[in-house]
Amino acid sequence: VRFDEEARATIDRLELPFNRIGLDPYGISKFHLRAALTLLIPFYRHYFSVETRGIEHVPLRGRAMLVGNHAGGVAIDAAMVFGACLLEMHPPRLAEGMIEKFLGRLPFLGEWASRVGQFAGVPENAEHMLEDERLLMVYPEGVRGTAKLFRQRHSLVGFGSGFMRLALKTSAPIIPVAVLGAGEALPTIANAYKLGRYFGLPYVPIVAYGLPVPFPAKFEIEFGAPMRFAGTGNEDDDVVFGHVARVKDAIGEMLAEGVRRRRGEPPQLARGA
Amino acid sequence: LKILIPGASGGIGRKLVARLTKEGHEVVGIDRRPWTEAPIEFYEVDVRKRAAEDVFRRTRPNAVVHMATVTSLMVRGEERYQINLGGTRAVFEHARAYGVEHCIFVGRHTFYGAGPDSPLFHTEDEPPLALNRFPELADLVAADLYAATALWRFPELATTVLRICYTLGSTGQGTLAGFLKGKHVPQVLGFDPLFQFMDEDDVVSAIALTLSKRPRGVFNVAGPQPIPLSRVILQAERTPIPLPELLLSGLIGRFGLPKLPPGALTHVKYPVVVDASAFREQMRFVHQHDELETIASFREAFPRPQ
Repeated sequence: VRFDEEARATIDRLELPFNRIGLDPYGISKFHLRAALTLLIPFYRHYFSVETRGIEHVPLRGRAMLVGNHAGGVAIDAAMVFGACLLEMHPPRLAEGMIEKFLGRLPFLGEWASRVGQFAGVPENAEHMLEDERLLMVYPEGVRGTAKLFRQRHSLVGFGSGFMRLALKTSAPIIPVAVLGAGEALPTIANAYKLGRYFGLPYVPIVAYGLPVPFPAKFEIEFGAPMRFAGTGNEDDDVVFGHVARVKDAIGEMLAEGVRRRRGEPPQLARGA
Repeated sequence: LKILIPGASGGIGRKLVARLTKEGHEVVGIDRRPWTEAPIEFYEVDVRKRAAEDVFRRTRPNAVVHMATVTSLMVRGEERYQINLGGTRAVFEHARAYGVEHCIFVGRHTFYGAGPDSPLFHTEDEPPLALNRFPELADLVAADLYAATALWRFPELATTVLRICYTLGSTGQGTLAGFLKGKHVPQVLGFDPLFQFMDEDDVVSAIALTLSKRPRGVFNVAGPQPIPLSRVILQAERTPIPLPELLLSGLIGRFGLPKLPPGALTHVKYPVVVDASAFREQMRFVHQHDELETIASFREAFPRPQ
């Protein structure tokens, strides 16, 4: 009930154009946001005890793109970044994610996702939201990112270039985000691709200890300084992938730094020094 | 202006006739559905028939608003195809032959179709990608695309294709109103798509504005923001009945539920929402009724059945 009050107060402070019955033009619903946040707060605060750094890098208003890393079977990391923007920002902001298209086909899941601002990851949706000055959340690794196994949890797989072309086209700043902990929360030892196909999923993660329940691992989220790239979005692939590599490196550096911190090693002064 | 309206005796048609007459235009109507005591010069003929061409020849209108398309899925197959495509072809050919300056095709936003992976806000440049999921809409999609060919085939004729979202209001006519008439309204369990609709009076204003500005091209037309189907049903003081998809497709056509083709279920599972910013900006169109007022005007005319 305590969480419920905090969730209500947080959602009421969101600066979104809700109508008289609490719906914004995308169908994002105050009712659904409150319910989702009430459920999320205990996980964010206590179960995963999320620690956030650099939240001041997320602009309070106007278009921006959060670009992060995935790990750990399902996108718990995205849920925690979503939580951080609601719970650590003043006023809170809604991080609107670009989700896998298969989720829209699943009953309830697709409906709830869109009511809390998570839409199918097609470029048209992303562009519409950025032009509408929303805060977009993107995971360029996609399903290959969540499919990382436990031992790969701190690595990055190939980034797509779609997010960068959109950022160039809409002149949106990119805020690199590194999340540590998702790989420990759901330590996957294998992915069952054939079983997944049976349920209409890309794969089913097989968790080390058998149960598909997340372990209370500690999460650390670091938001990096905004990166701006000038262009039109129609540049050659080698130019765009050059920009993509810079974003990927920024996330990779924050991840490496985080791993050292977790091991109790002193920070390296390489970055910018 | 002298304006000819094929399809004038439908719900929106009659409201449009009233508006245009009030604005001082001379309005002539054609419809195969009767309109007794029509307040205008009215011909009960089929647009595909010779007699309809005679109306074009005799009246020599400046503008045509083509509303004579069948959208009801109760009318099936061959007949719908004939009316929607044959009728549209006849209207544009007569319009060119008899010196019409401006022709408006009144189309539907369902042109874009519904699917889990389509963009939320459809823009005019998108192709009708979801036709494979709902093949029964093929005739309306073809009529829409065919009407747009007049833009290059008949350059002397200003052609406007309007893709208008669902309408709701006091006449109780139209796809959405029909769906909401009963006390209980079925939904697909686990799916609650956004529905985009506008007040009948706003639709009439949008068409009247198009007549006065004569834009060439294709425009999405919408008013207030879309809202989830469940909220539309609740605001209309009806009861949503969510049923598993398999059960619902088996029940269709029974127990007072309308007989719909299977493809129609995609339109209650996934949203069809258009980006109407081009029309709003170029026509300076502002809707007068928001989404809740629009539902209220339907609810007042058609209260929850006892």
